[in-house]
Amino acid sequence: MLTLTCPYCGIAACETELTPGGEAHLTRFGPGSSDDDFEAYLFLRPNVRGVHFERWRHAMGCGKWFLAARDTATLEVFGTYPAQTTEPPEDIVAAIKAKRPDWEGRP
Amino acid sequence: MRRYSAFAIAREAARHHLGWERAWRSPTPKAQYDVVIVGAGGHGLATAYYLGKNHGIRNVAVIEKGWLGGGNTGRNTTIIRSNYLQDPSAAIYEKARSLYETLSQDLNYNIMFSPRGVMMLAQTEHEIRGYRRTAHANALQGVATEFIGPAKVKELCPIINIKGPRYPVLGALWQARAGTARHDAVAWGYARACSDMGMDIIQQTEVTGVRREGGRVTGVETTKGFIGCSKLGIVVAGHSGVMAERAGFRLPIESVALQALVSEPIKPVMDVVVMANTVHGYMSQSDKGEMVIGGGADGYNNYTQRGSFHHVEETVRALVETFPIISRLKMLRWWGGIVDMTGDRSPIISKTPVDGIFVNCGWGTGGFKAIPGSGWAMAELMAKGHSPLAAEFGMDRFREGRFIDESVAAGVAH
Repeated sequence: MLTLTCPYCGIAACETELTPGGEAHLTRFGPGSSDDDFEAYLFLRPNVRGVHFERWRHAMGCGKWFLAARDTATLEVFGTYPAQTTEPPEDIVAAIKAKRPDWEGRP
Repeated sequence: MRRYSAFAIAREAARHHLGWERAWRSPTPKAQYDVVIVGAGGHGLATAYYLGKNHGIRNVAVIEKGWLGGGNTGRNTTIIRSNYLQDPSAAIYEKARSLYETLSQDLNYNIMFSPRGVMMLAQTEHEIRGYRRTAHANALQGVATEFIGPAKVKELCPIINIKGPRYPVLGALWQARAGTARHDAVAWGYARACSDMGMDIIQQTEVTGVRREGGRVTGVETTKGFIGCSKLGIVVAGHSGVMAERAGFRLPIESVALQALVSEPIKPVMDVVVMANTVHGYMSQSDKGEMVIGGGADGYNNYTQRGSFHHVEETVRALVETFPIISRLKMLRWWGGIVDMTGDRSPIISKTPVDGIFVNCGWGTGGFKAIPGSGWAMAELMAKGHSPLAAEFGMDRFREGRFIDESVAAGVAH
């Protein structure tokens, strides 16, 4: 059972309490952007086998969106952090690098 | 290749079964092939088979990281049906279903196709309307389905609890010539036929890179060295994103876990396949007597071939309510597969940004039923550069907004 700690209310929530929201840190492209950018934003995903940043909502708890770093090949969770950021915070990156020295960063 | 037949069984019985040949060769790879297919699952092997059979391209290698048929081909719930709403889907799934009808004879390999009938239960007013619409669409597409009432449902499958407290059965979409097949045998039959045509099936070999020159594929790096090819087909289901990254492009795909389970074997209790999509569960009985059960996919990216327990709990809870007879059954095995989900829940059979590379993926939770049709279309696309069956399934459709929107229409338990 996947357990993620909500960074807002501090509760270690089981996945039945959470709603997954797909990949995190997408740059939004809207009207006026190129077709390539818009397509990539809406559909194309690296679909990483390994370290993956993703959005979750503490749906059955405080209701807030937060972000998590997780390994899709092992289900290991490196940490969770508030959603108000465009890139992973330093402590999360350090936690990933401590366990995955070969990690090359987000694709 | 020695053909299988009643005579062959008698012949071998008379000499202690010492004369059976290996079903396929395990050759060392050549330096260069006309076509390399990555992935020896059902779709990859079917692609190779129809390249040889329909288009005369036999200098083909199928490269497999594990063992053939060991991925989703061996992990699905073996259901075959073609009752889709959208025209392009109905066309390719019905092509597949019709090929399944004669596949055993075609391959000289018993794939145990059992057109026992599939019913998709309507348990809400919305589902009644949806399935009536699908039945009308199928009539126009030449796919034989009909909407049946609850009395007929009960007659076809007596163990169903029609008057369930939460979701009573209000009717069903019934496809009489849908059913099941032996999933491993589909992969084995295609592999044997491919090997017989002189194709090389190279197992235990991982493709670690794709070599390109001037925007065109020249071959693949593997754990057994470089293998050259003029055309490359990527048919790796859950790992399509990983392979695409190695080939230098991205796909509109995310990989999640889908689970299934089987019970201990019991005496025959149902001779149809029942899908209950509102409550998220489906069930059939295998020839061995096991109840084969599947449910919904997880919602988050996952490559581990194990999924979330609560989805299994939901599935079993739904099915116990629909089939009270199974409430005391013990479950024998429980497993997961990694399925490649697209945004519109329809597959991708397409050229790619790299010349000579073709991709067949995105079958998501419903690939097994499509294997012959998928291979047929992919082979045609790779041989001729165009396939009427695959025309609507290009990866450009996302950019162009031409979705084949089955995510709400198929009634598939996603």
